[in-house]
Amino acid sequence: MADALTSTPAPAHGADRGSNRLRGALAATEIDLRLFGMLVALVGILLGFHIMSGGKLIQPANMITLAVQASGVAIMATGMVLIIVSRNIDLSVGSIVGVVAMSYALLMTDWLPALGLGLDTPFQWLVALVIGLGIGALIGGFQGFLIAYVGIPSFIVTLGGLLSLRGTVWLMSSGAAVSGLQTEFRKIGGGVLGSIGETATWVVAGVACLAIIGLIVYNRRQRQRFGFPVRPMWAEVLLGAVGCAAAVGLSAVANSNYLPPGLATQYALEHGIIEPPGGLKVPLGFPWPVLLVMFATLAMTFLATRRRFGRYVYAYGGNPDAAELAGINTRWTIMKTFILMGVLCAIAAAIGSARLNGATLNVGQTDELYVIAAAVVGGTSFAGGIGTIPGAVLGALVMQSLQYGLSFNQVNSPTQNVVAGIVLILAVAFDTYNRRRGSAR
Amino acid sequence: MSEAVAAQPGRAPLVEMRNIRVAFGGVHAVDDVSIALYPGEVLGLVGGNGAGKSTLIRTLSGAHRADSGEILVDGQPQAIGNPRDAKALNIECIYQTLALADNVDAPANVFLGREMTSSWGVLDDGAMEDATRRVMGRLNPKFKRFKTPVKSLSGGQRQAVAIARAVHFNARIMIMDEPTAALGPAETAQVRHLIQQLKNEGLGIFLISHDIHDVFDLSDRISVMYHGRLVGTVRKADVTPDDVLAMIILGKRPDEATREELAELHP
Repeated sequence: MADALTSTPAPAHGADRGSNRLRGALAATEIDLRLFGMLVALVGILLGFHIMSGGKLIQPANMITLAVQASGVAIMATGMVLIIVSRNIDLSVGSIVGVVAMSYALLMTDWLPALGLGLDTPFQWLVALVIGLGIGALIGGFQGFLIAYVGIPSFIVTLGGLLSLRGTVWLMSSGAAVSGLQTEFRKIGGGVLGSIGETATWVVAGVACLAIIGLIVYNRRQRQRFGFPVRPMWAEVLLGAVGCAAAVGLSAVANSNYLPPGLATQYALEHGIIEPPGGLKVPLGFPWPVLLVMFATLAMTFLATRRRFGRYVYAYGGNPDAAELAGINTRWTIMKTFILMGVLCAIAAAIGSARLNGATLNVGQTDELYVIAAAVVGGTSFAGGIGTIPGAVLGALVMQSLQYGLSFNQVNSPTQNVVAGIVLILAVAFDTYNRRRGSAR
Repeated sequence: MSEAVAAQPGRAPLVEMRNIRVAFGGVHAVDDVSIALYPGEVLGLVGGNGAGKSTLIRTLSGAHRADSGEILVDGQPQAIGNPRDAKALNIECIYQTLALADNVDAPANVFLGREMTSSWGVLDDGAMEDATRRVMGRLNPKFKRFKTPVKSLSGGQRQAVAIARAVHFNARIMIMDEPTAALGPAETAQVRHLIQQLKNEGLGIFLISHDIHDVFDLSDRISVMYHGRLVGTVRKADVTPDDVLAMIILGKRPDEATREELAELHP
């Protein structure tokens, strides 16, 4: 990217000088143009549906609902990126979610109480959560072992997983739905119960701003330490400002999502507040699922770009032989991607079961398709070696916005699927075209 | 013309491979081959397609296990089971395919599998780029594209990245498999110059090549393989390129070949 500063930026098709200058400026900020484009697409989709709905779609409550609905798929998509980048696939994620969600429900209502840890035990939910995460890791690890060490193609192993794990859900509960989870656990699902409130939301915004600025300064120092070319100062300031504005803006949106009027009245009564005319406004702030998505995105991006593990995943995806000849333990690397996927499925399962206050037989069903679609729309290539985690999260948001926007405008669900399918193919077609144009020089 | 003839008295070999055998199914890709490499020496390894050169050398670089035989480094028997073992012994291999991860940049490739990390195991990309800039400064001073995926580099630049990997980690034994096959004349000259330079620094170099002239120009000794066997190892000074060519094609040492066989080679 730094080369773009010294050489001509990007292949110049046509003689559009103005757009070239813009491209030069964009290159100076070292912004990932692909991600930027997706962000624009996301805003475009939302605006389109907003207009279609007569200006009703874009408001804090809807945006938060949309984000919560996308959270499970978004979290899993961060792991799916690494799986696809290393030339594998995981078709079993939806079924893993099903098994782990059922595990949470049964642990809290049945298994743990049998061991003397009843629903009234403080932190019983935490015990269930840890065991559930462990179950996710074990299932992922077992499939990863079969793929990496036994050498069975991942498509086959996880297709088997898709079928047999979904069957396992039925066997676990003898076909019954289970409900009644610990109240603390249900917060993971977000909603009125599971939002962190106004102050904490502003704290999150503040921490995010500090982190953004800190990271920019750190990166600049790192490059200066070796005398490498650095971004122009205006670009650094712009990036910092945009980053902070985004953090503050998102927090403001979350804090403009208020407690529903009925509950607000109840809240006022409980807290001895006299309700002002027009109703009491109690900001809800970020819901937990959204925070979990942010955390998963950050943690997985760190793993993918700043740790050996991530480097090996990408190198393996680019050239498996080269990774092997470089002395990388490729099998263990592949197995780890599946363990990680299992853990992320378990987090998604926690959100799913918390929202349901239990588990049904079909929690997570067809999730694998949306997770894979999110990763692919987000720029992950099946050829291996290419894909980013923020891209996949944006991909999940794009897919969910389509679904949400269409159903908001009373489009029926079969039509939603038709649109989702077409968009998936178009996104990849567009990407393929762009890459071909980019490399043909 | 046995191994003893070619050996340089008074110096211990850097590497000795003794009675190496590798079989794929029923086929002996390498059949009872013994060769030695001395410090500051270039040993050319030649032979036709499927002669077993690459397979032999892959047992030394850890890419393939030998079915039997012994590898001695500095006189000590060593078990080389994987590429990590070989690298730990300062054996570096530049493969014909270059073995680069196309989707990551030059520093990531140079340090692949041996990344520099700061405290807490975080990749230190700055330090790795800095080190890569230093090595590349020696190999290809014009190289500036440290942040682009190596996929978009030219053949010569990619070759330089592959060589930089071996040079940075202080190889003592370097294996170069067809290092000039994909290069233009200027880049070939650069690689030849580098081989001279490394040789002067006391490295031992295995040079595998189809190009008999390359081998003749650069090597001190030449080992010829034919259908998995070692035909013989000769000192360059003792033979002509035609002799070596005859060994490659006939699979016999010049003194064993009949007049008729030799005549057929030069119609």
